[in-house]
Amino acid sequence: MIDIYSELTAIIDKDYVSNSKEELYMYGRDPGLMPAHEPEYVVMPTTVEEVQAIIRLANREKIAVVPKGGGLSLTGLVIPQKGGILLDMKRMDKIIEVNEKGGYAIVEGGTTHGALKSHLLKNYPHLRHSIPDSPPIATVVANAVIHGQGRLTQQRGFNSDMVSGLEVVLPTSEICKIGSCAVSQYWFSKGPPLPDLSSLFFGWFGTTGVITKLGIKLYPCKKYRDPVLFLTDKAELVPDIMRKLGRTEMIEDLVVNAQPIPLRYKDNYYILFYITGDTEEEMEFKRKMCWSALWDYFEKREGGFVSLVPEMKAPMLSMPSKDTTRFADVSKGGGFEYSGPIAPIEKYPVYVKKLIDLAEKYGLFYSSAARMIDGGHSMMFSFSYTFNRADPQTMKRAKDALDEAAEFAIENGGVMWKPNLDEQKITMAKMDPNTLDLMMRIKKLLDPNGIMNPGNWEVSK
Amino acid sequence: MKRYQTQIHRCFRCGYCKFPTDYSALNCPSYNRFRFDTYSTGGRLWLTYAWLKGDIPWSEHLAEILYACTTCKNCVEQCPMKFAPEIVDWIIEARSDMVEQGKIPLRVKRFLESVYNYGNPLKKTNKERLPWIKSLKKYEKGTEYLLYLGCLASYDEGTKDMVTSLVKMLDKAGISYGVMGDDEQCCGNEVYAMGEMDLFKELAGKNIDKFRQLGVKSVITICPHGYNIMKNQYQGMGYKFEVLHYSQALAKIADDMKPKKTGNGVKITYHDPCYLGRHNKLYETPRKALKGLELVEMPRNRKDAFCCGGGSGNFITDYLAGGNDSPARVRVREAAATGAGVLAVACPGCLLMLKEAVKTEDLDEKLQVMDIASVMGR
Ligand SMILES: Cc1cc2nc3c(=O)[nH]c(=O)nc-3n(C[C@H](O)[C@H](O)[C@H](O)COP(=O)(O)OP(=O)(O)OC[C@H]3O[C@@H](n4cnc5c(N)ncnc54)[C@H](O)[C@@H]3O)c2cc1C
Ligand code: SF4
Ligand code: SF4
Repeated sequence: MIDIYSELTAIIDKDYVSNSKEELYMYGRDPGLMPAHEPEYVVMPTTVEEVQAIIRLANREKIAVVPKGGGLSLTGLVIPQKGGILLDMKRMDKIIEVNEKGGYAIVEGGTTHGALKSHLLKNYPHLRHSIPDSPPIATVVANAVIHGQGRLTQQRGFNSDMVSGLEVVLPTSEICKIGSCAVSQYWFSKGPPLPDLSSLFFGWFGTTGVITKLGIKLYPCKKYRDPVLFLTDKAELVPDIMRKLGRTEMIEDLVVNAQPIPLRYKDNYYILFYITGDTEEEMEFKRKMCWSALWDYFEKREGGFVSLVPEMKAPMLSMPSKDTTRFADVSKGGGFEYSGPIAPIEKYPVYVKKLIDLAEKYGLFYSSAARMIDGGHSMMFSFSYTFNRADPQTMKRAKDALDEAAEFAIENGGVMWKPNLDEQKITMAKMDPNTLDLMMRIKKLLDPNGIMNPGNWEVSK
Repeated sequence: MKRYQTQIHRCFRCGYCKFPTDYSALNCPSYNRFRFDTYSTGGRLWLTYAWLKGDIPWSEHLAEILYACTTCKNCVEQCPMKFAPEIVDWIIEARSDMVEQGKIPLRVKRFLESVYNYGNPLKKTNKERLPWIKSLKKYEKGTEYLLYLGCLASYDEGTKDMVTSLVKMLDKAGISYGVMGDDEQCCGNEVYAMGEMDLFKELAGKNIDKFRQLGVKSVITICPHGYNIMKNQYQGMGYKFEVLHYSQALAKIADDMKPKKTGNGVKITYHDPCYLGRHNKLYETPRKALKGLELVEMPRNRKDAFCCGGGSGNFITDYLAGGNDSPARVRVREAAATGAGVLAVACPGCLLMLKEAVKTEDLDEKLQVMDIASVMGR
């Protein structure tokens, strides 16, 4: 019988290969609510050649390979549904280059957002990337793989839109460069003017290859940054407020929060947006533009600005926001998960009503953060519920609520973001059959043996 | 029921605890060494919970994961949740459950047996106390301070400069002190951190009885581990006394001294020991002892300091040793990168761990590890 463990230790330093119960247990689950399933091996490569060798072995033996970053997408995307080899990418953690003039950084397949943020702040304080509010161990690559959104998404689109090139180990083990870097030494574009092949790797959840390098665009880090909080108790006004602010083209990020505590939050919608600039004059001008965009609501007493003292601003200015993570412990249970449809912003009122109705129906604690994408072309709306890890009942209720939220979101024009297996199924059932067929053909073409993160984007036979 | 049993499920496994404040590196020494999520704080808490629920059985590997934590408290500092202050207590409670069930890994067993049989983890008899220790004044009634040496300063030759420099400074400052000699027992900090609570109580009890007999009112400890346990555990055991770490005594002495001229252009960097820094928030006091010298900080300093890897008995059990990423080696590389010629420490454990790492890293020519008393006395 072939001894896969020995073969893996021939590829990678044995300190970084495990088939012990403890590692298998940990890597068989994520902090969300999808059922656990353990891998048979956990490995941590450091070079692209090691990744290639693992993929070759997996093809030969027809065993699954699941790449993992921080494991924080919460929807089970890194749970190895068919066992096999779990590839923890986080030892591939270099920041290979920062091209200051070109405005991009090249990172390895497991470099974390925390590390990139810290590196830029220290060495290139005038540059920044679109950091998401996920905990800092989330990787730049995995976040792009799931079409994440960050602090610059309101201005620049999905974080995957800000990618400027890729190096991928294909499921058949070839190393492939994607974008300008395929023909040039510069990583300025993920596609144009060539056919944009990068879309073969975003939104696919690792089923089309292992990304080993990624170029990410960097943007000016303005000298001043100021959070502004606008409050309304009328959900139906929120889409217009978002749109008006977006159309000023004066704001950086915009997130609408809805949650029942602290009590002043209940039945209110908190529209948090950021103004940035390099001079006081620029800041003042932008503030005035935003105020005048919202002036009507203010005059009609339909909304108002909340005055923010420095202690309130500090957590709003920190990136990533630790408050988002703290939500997991508000009911002392250690868990939360969110269903996050990407949807037109006009859906805000119906979604937020559903969020609260479901919380009441299932007896759960809720919160929602809706981030505006690309000036208002869409938003990510999170239906977030906490659960208690020590109480299977709350876990079941939270899962049921999330399932119902997802169905509702899809019925109402949304498309699930980072969908779990159940949501993938609903999505595929609703999808244009020719689109689905194209997806399946692409997948089969790239991964003939079906080794990459199997279970995901699979049509059940 | 122990508190951790009802709380430990609250860890979300978000991983903030893997980092220092600025996310510039990995700051949980065991996670940095092994890199499997199992060796991070979240990994440990989740595995412990799985063991409690019966989802995974006890194994030597599981116990090693638990004991590879140096109790450095980086996680306590960084975890954003309300329960953060309790994390290390939970880890210790889980270990104590393992101890109670007789399920501990081999190296921990040996450590505890040696404390049990010899009164110290180094398997040394009283006769083997270092010669310069034997010549120190014995504490007698009326002496102001009991100088509590601790196991490493009593038995490990590598601490000679530290001890002799310290007593010289104390003598010079006219401070009245004395040692306990053969009556000194292990302080029990590591035994406590390893979860052997009965043995800890026995050790602490013996020390406290002796303090009481001698009428000790104030103790100066050399080791931050001793300082920590006396300050935070002994005080609740029926006998109150003042505890100072020797850096506090030195800081007072330094206040009265003329600032030193920067000696021959050598820069100094300072490594915060976890049990002085994160455990007891003494960050500036030891730096005061370095007054007048050219201090260059490592990127990770004060509450973000990177542990040397020796805490919670790991200076003997050595679960984190081996390889490029062993914490002490990482730390001396960080120290050398500052351009400092001296890496100052305030803990005999850090001193020995980092000295060894300097050799392994071949940095002998560039970087000298010295404790703050030796630096002051130069
Ligand atoms: C508190 C909290 C706040 C959050 N806030 C945000 C937010 O503001 N914005 C946002 O976008 N998300 C947010 N998230 C969701 C999620 O954590 C992030 O999107 C995160 O960036 C995912 O990265 P990860 O490294 O954890 O991914 P993982 O869960 O490890 O992986 C995600 C997917 O990528 C694949 N993958 C990983 N590495 C590779 C590789 N090298 N090659 C190919 N495929 C790979 C995996 O197989 C998986 O399918 C949040 C989550 C939490 C818990
Ligand atoms: S201990 Fe705290 S910071 Fe660490 S993983 Fe658990 S919840 Fe997150
Ligand atoms: S105390 Fe230190 S070694 Fe232990 S889990 Fe926390 S950060 Fe890691």
